[in-house]
Formats: sequence, C-alpha cells, structure tokens
Amino acid sequence: MRSTLIPRRQQRPGRGPADSGRRTGGAALAERVFRIRESSIVVVLAVFVAVTASVQPRFLSETNIQFVLIDTTVFALLALGETMVVISRNVDLSVGSVLGLSAYASSNLFGSHPGIPIPLVFLTGLGIGLACGVVNGIMVAAGRVPSLVVTLATLYIIRGIDILLFSGKQVVEAELPSAFLQIPKSTIAGIPDLAIAVAVVIGIGAYYLRTYRSGRDLYAIGSNPEAARLAGIPVGRRVFTAFAVSGAIAGVAGVLWAAQYGTIDSSAGTGYELQVISAVVVGGVAIFGGSGSVVGAALGALLLSTITTALYVLGISPFWDQAIWGFLLILAITLDQTITVRLTSALRQRRTRHE
Amino acid sequence: MDNAAASQPGPRQEAGDGRLMLALRHAAKSFGAVRALVDGAVELRAGEVHALLGENGAGKSTLVKILAGVYQPDSGTLEVAGREVALHGPAAARAAGIAVIYQEPTLFPDLTVAENMFIGRQPLRSGRRIDRRAMHDEAAAVFKRLGVPLDPARIARGLSIADQQVVEIGKALSLDARVIVMDEPTAALSAAETGRLFDVIRTLRGQGTAVLFISHRLEEVFEICEQVTVMRDGSHVLTSPLAGLTAADLVRAMVGRELAERPPEAGAATPGEPVLIVERLTREGVFTDISLTVRAGEIVALAGLVGSGRSEVARSVFGIDRYDAGSVTVRGRDLRRASPTTAMSAGIGFVPEDRRQQGLVMDMSVQQNVALASLGRLRSGGLIRASAERAMATDWAARLKIKYGRLTDPVAMLSGGNQQKVVLAKWLGRKPAVLIVDEPTRGIDVATKAEVHHLLADLAKDGVGVLMISSELPEVLSVSDRILVMREGRLVAEFSHADASEEAVMSAAMGQQVAT
Amino acid sequence: MNNALRASARWEAGLVAVLVILIIVSSSVSPQFLTGNNLFNVGLSNGEIAIMTLPMTLIIISGEIDLSVASILGMASALLGVLWSKGLPMPAIFVIVAVVGLAAGAVNGLLVTRLRLPSLAVTIGTLALYRGIATILLGPNTVANFPTAYTNLGVQGVPFTGNDVTYSTLIFVILAIIFGVALHATPFGRSIYAMGASPEAAQFAGIRVKRIKTILFMISGLICSLAGVLWTFRLDTAVQNNGLGLELDVVAIVLLAGVSIFGGKGSIIGVVLAVLVFAGIQNALLLTNFNQEATGIVTGALLLASVFLPNAGRWVRSLSRI
Repeated sequence: MRSTLIPRRQQRPGRGPADSGRRTGGAALAERVFRIRESSIVVVLAVFVAVTASVQPRFLSETNIQFVLIDTTVFALLALGETMVVISRNVDLSVGSVLGLSAYASSNLFGSHPGIPIPLVFLTGLGIGLACGVVNGIMVAAGRVPSLVVTLATLYIIRGIDILLFSGKQVVEAELPSAFLQIPKSTIAGIPDLAIAVAVVIGIGAYYLRTYRSGRDLYAIGSNPEAARLAGIPVGRRVFTAFAVSGAIAGVAGVLWAAQYGTIDSSAGTGYELQVISAVVVGGVAIFGGSGSVVGAALGALLLSTITTALYVLGISPFWDQAIWGFLLILAITLDQTITVRLTSALRQRRTRHE
Repeated sequence: MDNAAASQPGPRQEAGDGRLMLALRHAAKSFGAVRALVDGAVELRAGEVHALLGENGAGKSTLVKILAGVYQPDSGTLEVAGREVALHGPAAARAAGIAVIYQEPTLFPDLTVAENMFIGRQPLRSGRRIDRRAMHDEAAAVFKRLGVPLDPARIARGLSIADQQVVEIGKALSLDARVIVMDEPTAALSAAETGRLFDVIRTLRGQGTAVLFISHRLEEVFEICEQVTVMRDGSHVLTSPLAGLTAADLVRAMVGRELAERPPEAGAATPGEPVLIVERLTREGVFTDISLTVRAGEIVALAGLVGSGRSEVARSVFGIDRYDAGSVTVRGRDLRRASPTTAMSAGIGFVPEDRRQQGLVMDMSVQQNVALASLGRLRSGGLIRASAERAMATDWAARLKIKYGRLTDPVAMLSGGNQQKVVLAKWLGRKPAVLIVDEPTRGIDVATKAEVHHLLADLAKDGVGVLMISSELPEVLSVSDRILVMREGRLVAEFSHADASEEAVMSAAMGQQVAT
Repeated sequence: MNNALRASARWEAGLVAVLVILIIVSSSVSPQFLTGNNLFNVGLSNGEIAIMTLPMTLIIISGEIDLSVASILGMASALLGVLWSKGLPMPAIFVIVAVVGLAAGAVNGLLVTRLRLPSLAVTIGTLALYRGIATILLGPNTVANFPTAYTNLGVQGVPFTGNDVTYSTLIFVILAIIFGVALHATPFGRSIYAMGASPEAAQFAGIRVKRIKTILFMISGLICSLAGVLWTFRLDTAVQNNGLGLELDVVAIVLLAGVSIFGGKGSIIGVVLAVLVFAGIQNALLLTNFNQEATGIVTGALLLASVFLPNAGRWVRSLSRI
C-alpha cells in the first residue's frame, strides 16, 4: 500500500471559481489573441489604404471605394458559406462551379422568359445552388468521405454540366433588364446597397455561429470530430446543412455576379474556389477547422479586393497582381500559424505556473 | 465532505443508501470470430467505489463500451436503478445516467471549458439563443462542488490531462450522472494530481454516485476502492469486498497462476564503463543543469512527478528536442547538434512514452514496425531485402515472446503488452549501447509487465546501459540499480537500490514531508 | 498477404477492370481507338500530366499536398520562353529551368517543414505566386518558334519504337519505374509511408521527416519544370497561362489511383493504371465527339466512384444517419 501524502494547496488566495468574473488567465489571453486576429486584418487594411492613398489620392475616390466594395460582395458571400464548411473541418471546392452554373442559368432566364420578375431569378439561382449543396452535403455527411475529394469531383461535374448545356453561348448585357444591372450600382449615401446587404447577411451569419447551438456544434465538429460524435452532436446533419448553405449562398452569389459583369458564359467563376479559400485563410479561419469567424473571412475578402484595386490605382502593372497576392497569402498563413503557436505555448506555461 | 477523510487510506464511507444503481448480468459480445466478452457482470451501488481489474484482453474495455452505449451486447441484461434498459447509443447511456471518462479525455481544444461541458445542451434564453452567462455560472458551480479551481472561460487548448479529466468529470456531474466509469484515470497523472483526483472521487462517493474504477495499479485500487470485480478471458471470475484481500490474491484471480513478483535481484551486477554522460543539460523553462551518468550494465531509474521534466530530458538526449546548454556524450562521443539520427548512430535507443503515436506506426505491420529503425542495415543495392526483414521480425518475435496472428498483420491488432514488445524489438534490433525507456509498462497487463522487467534486467546483464523513466514506484524500486529523482526540472536526489524506499523517493519528488 | 497490400491489390484490380471495359467499349464504338496513331495522340495530350502525377503521389503519401504543380509548369514555360527570346543557348536554359524548379520546390518544402504551415494552404499561395512570376516574366507576350530539334521532341515519336510512343510517354514510363522502385523497395520509400501514416512515430524512429519532405517538394518542382519544357515544345508556345488548372487533374488522377488523401497508403502501379484510365476516357470522349471541355464530368464521376464504391454497402446503410 502506498504511503499517502499531504496534498499541496493548489489554490492561490482569491483565485477560485468565484473570481472568474474577472476573466483571468487563459480566457483573457485567448480572447485578446482572437480579437487580434481580426483586428490585425483591419490594421493591415488601414495601413494599405493609407499608404496607397498617400501616393495616389485618387484611390479614395467615391467610385473606387464603391468598386472595391462591390467587387468584394461576391467573394464575401462565398467566404461566408466556405467559412461554415471549413470550421467543421471540411472544404467546399465546388463553389466556383456552382457560381458559374447559377450565373448562366439564372441570367439566361431573362432571355428565355422575358419579363420574368427579378426575385424569381434570384430564387432560381438560390435553388440551383441549394441543389448542388444538398448533393455535396449528402455525400460528405452520409458517405463519411473526405470533402476535399467529393467537392473536387463536384467541381468537375458541375462545371462539365455547365459546359455541356451552355458552351459556346453567351448571355450579354443587352439581354439583361436594366433594373437587374442596376442592383450593384444603386447606392445609399454613397455606399452601395449591395455592400450593406451583404454586410448584414454576414452579421447574421456571425451571430448565428456564436449564439445558436447548431452554430457552436460546427466549431465542435471541427475542433474534435470524434468527441463531437461521442457527445451526441448530430454531426451528419450539421455538416449537411453547412454544405447546403454554402451551395445556396454560391447560387445567390452567381446571380449577383451576373448582375455585376453583364456578360456570362460557361467559364464564369472558374478558379474562384481557391480565391475564396485564400480569403478565408487570410481572415484567420484555421484550415483544419475549429476556430475562426465569418467576419474575419469577409475582412479577408475585403483585404484581397482592396489590394488588387490598390495595385491597379498605383499603376503597378496588373501582371504583378497574382504574384503579390500569392505572396500576401503566404504571409497571412505564416502570421496565423505564429500566433497559434505562441498562444498554445503561452496557455501551457500559464497552466504550469499555477500548479 | 470534510477533507480529513482524504488522508486516510481506504476508508469505508457508507454515504448514500448503498442501493443498487447498476447491474450488468451475463453480458456477451463477439466481433466476428473474436469473443471479446463471454460472461461479463458487474454490480454498482450508490456511494461505492468499485474496482474493475483484469489483464489486457480480459474484456474490460468491451464491458465499459457496453455501459457507455457504444456497443450493444449480444446477450445479457443491463439494469439501471432497478429498471432494465437497452442502450442504443452514447446518448441513451447518458440519459440513463451513466458517464464514462476515458483514459484520453476527448475535449474540444478550440472551445472554452464551459462550452466543453455543455456542448449540445447549452442553457438557452429567449429565442433559443445560448445564455453564456448562465453556462459560465453553472460550470463554475460544478467546479466549486468538486473543489477544483478551473476557469470556465478559458479555452481547453493547453490544459493538462489532469485538468481535462476534471472537465470531463464536471461534465458528467452536470449531466446528473449517477454512475461514473473511469477508465485508467491515473495513467497519465502525477502523484499530486492523483491525490486530487481521489479527493474528487471521495466527494462523488459522498454524494451517492457510484464509481467504477479501472486501473492496473493495485496500490491505488486498495487506497480508493471498497469492492472489486476481476475479469479473466472475457468473464468475471471474482467479485468481493477488498477488505481481506491481498495484491497476490488479485493477481492470482487475474492471471490464474502465481506470478514471480520480483524480477531478478537488481543492484547485484557491477556496472562497467559509462555509456551515457549527460552534463549540465539545460533547456530554458523546461529543465536545468541535468547531469547524470549511466554505465554499461546498470539500470538507472529517473523518478519524479509527471511534469517534472523527465521525458523532456530524454527527448533532448535523443535529439528530438533541442537543448540550450550542456552536453551529451555516448560511449565517449560528444553528440552536438543532436538529432535522432546522430543519437541512433551513436548507440542510443528510445522507447517513447506514447506507444500509439510515437512508438509505432499503427497502420504498418508487425514486421515493418520491427524493421523501421534498421532499414539501412536490411538493404542491399539500395533496396530493402524482404527476406532479411522477415527474418529479423521472426527472430525478435520469438525472443520477446510476442503474440501475433501473422507478421503482416497491422500492429494495431496486437494487445498493449505485445505492442510494447514490438517497440522494444525495434530498438533491440539495433543493439544499442544505451536504451532509454519512458514508462515501459504503462497500460500493460501484469504478466507482460513482469516479462518486460525481466527483459530489462537481461539487457543490463548483457552490458546495455538502461535509463528508465517511470512514475510507478514499485517498478522504480524493484527494477533499478540507482534511482535519480527530478522535481520541477532539476535533479534533486539520488538513491542506490539499497537506500531507496517509496517514502524517500516520493518525498524527494514532491519536495515535502510525507505522513505515514 | 499483408492487409494493406491486399487492399491496394483490390483497388488496382478494380482499375484494371475499368480499363478493360473502357477499351472494349471504346474500340467497339470507334474502330480508331486502338490504332497506333491514336495511342500516340493519347500519349501526346496526357504525357505531361502523367509525369506530374508521380511526384504528387509521393507527396500525398507522405501526408502533404502540392497544388502549385501547374504553376511551376507555367513558370518553367515562361522562363524557357523569356530566356530563349533573349538568345541564351538551349542547354544553358535547361539548366536554369531545372534549378528554378528545384528552388520553387524548395520554397514549398521549407514553408511546410520549417515554418510548419499546412501544405494545402501554402501551396495555394505558391500556386498564385509562381503563376504570378510566370505572368511577370512574359507579360502578355507569347514566345514561339522554338528550334525544331526540340519541338520535334514534343510532337514526334521515339524512333526505335516505330514512332508510336511519344517522348513524354517514354519519360513517364522510365520515371514510373524509378519512382515505383524507390517508393516500394527502398528505405526512402518506406520512410515516406511511415511519415504519412504516423508522423511522430516516424520521427521517433530516426526518420528525417523534414528533410525527406523537402526533398519530395524539390523533386516535384524539378519534374514539373520538365513537364513545363515538354509542354512548351509540344505546343511550340510559351505563354503565361500554360497548364492553367492542371493541378486538379493531377490530384484527381492520384486519388483515383487509390492513394489516400490522408497519407500513408497508395502505390505507383495504381497511379499508372489511373493515368491510363484517365487518358483513355479523355480519348474515348474525343473520338465520340463529346465536348472536350465537359470531360470533367467523367473525371468527377470516376473520383466519386473511387471513394464510394469500396464502401458501397456501408454508405447505403449510413444514409439513414443524417
């Protein structure tokens, strides 16, 4: 039988659960850091805008700001859906293809059904996107198959369907009703309506993810999928919903895209999935799930749009765009990783000091 | 409950009315041709701490999974609080009031402690929105009940295993669990943390909860439990109060035969030349000024509490982690800029703490794992010679008496004890001059434990220098020639085999007096 | 037989079955299918992709991924064009392109191993970066009119095989053998499987995980540069968007081959079979006048089949779980 011990007092004076109103230790540190992630994007954004504006004041003209905001809306929406998926430790590579299919199919309606009410066109886009999302969701949730593989496959298939149905054809601006084309252009007090609407949607998404059980479940699933299952979380249902929503959002984004660009063919949206994932990662969403916010992802999309516009305004050859964008993405990922590493070791050290 | 009771060994506190909370009878479960459980049975009463013992493969974990609702028994009955239940899943088990704390707690690192406790059932306010304040307060109240100061607002990432277990227990309590099953809860805990856990268990007992305590550590069983059920080969063979039983009785029930409890006399051989010299090894914030020597033919134990830095020293010696100052010399060769490759070529072998993540590639076969550290030797013309690899595996499997189906089976199919033997075979195949073993018998059944101890003793006889890190005092005392004790990153004591006693080692490890 | 070997043998058998069905159906629909001329064209249009699947296989087995492969191809092509238009001799250009390929791979490798960044995210970044460099190098320009001695390598057959086997096919076969032996029979290859299946245990067994992963990325960079050179000579064009989007095809083929996206499993034989299936389908669709750009549907369907068929029964049962 083992000799027993007098246990060392583990409590420091005043550091009991009753003091947790003070948000001590690991909680405060973590909160501070996570706010840093989002605020660092804002800081970088501010710095960028300031530097660019000082060199080229034209950058802050009303038209430019509106342009950046509108340019961001599609990606911010895609980022919203993608974030929900990535938080749950999945990925949706099909968003670009869904956007393209929706963009063409919905805008084509104006030509084939003249006088069709615009909301119905939006609904069609939503429906197309939702259908694609549902298919993705069923396969990932029921099949327990890596979402990378499934959505890579649907990326191909949906694009292929798009091409089969619509290749060689084009919807041109002239075919689209002016009310539709006006949507990205109308503003309130200089700020595009669309940007405000999307911001509101993002806000709703953020609130949902923070305040509703099903939202928190997504974080749990991404943080530790096995534990989520053991805890009785309906993993399949939540993941299915995330993909369905992501698809639906991509569908709506497709219609908006059509309104912005006016000319649509079967190549619309090609390559968008990688751009969206970049925005999401830059926005502080961990690629392996469990943490991050839609606000951050939307800011990431905004940052990337701002950079592209800034480069243009500064007269830097557009041929430099992609290289700079790639470099910045790597920078963002590195920064994110450094923060996480520092945070984890700080939390661990905090623990040992308390023992 | 008062803390005075906490320092008494094995009290019989009859709190709660002792009524039958859970009764599993004649449970059987097969997986294909494998009969994991033949006649499993256990009865738990309110306010009772009940031990479940048995070798690996005896059916304990299958029984636990049945109680947890993860498996459904092929036959047999389960009654909870007098009513027969059929648990179709973990949710049903939880609803029935059964909570299981597994050896490796499964928390969500990115969520807060409070969220971890209440995930899926967070308290709500209007409009089905989560009420964070209520969640936080409820979590705080639970921790207060348990007497543990954990901040519910802290994220779970970085919590020690001991703290993670407390969160799991808190979760169980907040679910109004009436039966809490703890599967090897002390395996990764230091003595202080174990003490705190036992306090928590006594609190639970006082509240009328039934606790099923599974462990390989008999001394802990005697300290905290009142009843014991022993399983062997899928059936229960003994159920009895612990009073009046000895460790030998329990071992006999588990194994079905007498075991030679002590390995050959340690400390008798005369050690040879120093094979490992560590001088003033320091790693900022982890360990400081570590100097030790291991000679050929001697077994040096490195004892201390979990978190004292022993494994970290070993990892730095082996080159997995870097160090900031000091030197490591193996057989006269100074290892600068350590890496596992240089350490291995100098003659060090390292059996790590975590068998499944660090010691073995679980997806690979027995044969491939045995050969993994010797691939260079097994090749000719740049290619691995399959016949040589097979021969090596067969040879070592025989020498170490490893039980397996086929050499090409994935090593995940072996029992814990046999897996550990595979790890040992991997290193012994390299004929190391120094063998560092970290927790050599953790999670291993009693019979294999003895085999591993004999093996280490034989190695020492063959001239290998063994550095053994262990948290099990009986093992430390019986196997080693010399005992070094670390506390909070420093070496604080050294004992020869003759001078050492559990009390002496424990007090050095804790840095305080011990009451007997 | 080893469980893992048995599983992959089953997969390969499945691929062979698909291939056989494909050949039978295609040659009955189109008598040209099995002609030497057609096979030559198949080799021509898929040679570079096939070559790129080999290092990708090793990378995925080791637990990482490289999405920048098509951009390295494009960068190599752009570099070739720019240097050629500046008058450098071709052998010197080859050396420079090879070195740049190795460097690009090294950057990937270092970012993943030294900075510990997830390869999925990082190679999305280098995908953009390297394509961006290609764009900076060439701008809107196109370089053409490379010496026929080299462009012939792109369009003619290897002499002693009766002009039916393209150079790229030959290179693929040779590389497949080398990679196959390296992966399946050397300590190097065994280490790759170990680190993919169990990164910590590999480290504890003395395997130099970081060094090997960096080497794999560098090999990928080198091979993709080679592919870029072949591509440029085949089309006799260096333009910044050469190879755009190919990375997804490469990943798709490797997944089709039964290589697990999680690492630790897969074989070169499977990859070769998957290349044949992929190329065969593209070709069959071409011969039947199917819209070439829509062949992605078939690739996608095959990918889905490759993940669902092995678990068909289990999948149907789990539909009730949603």
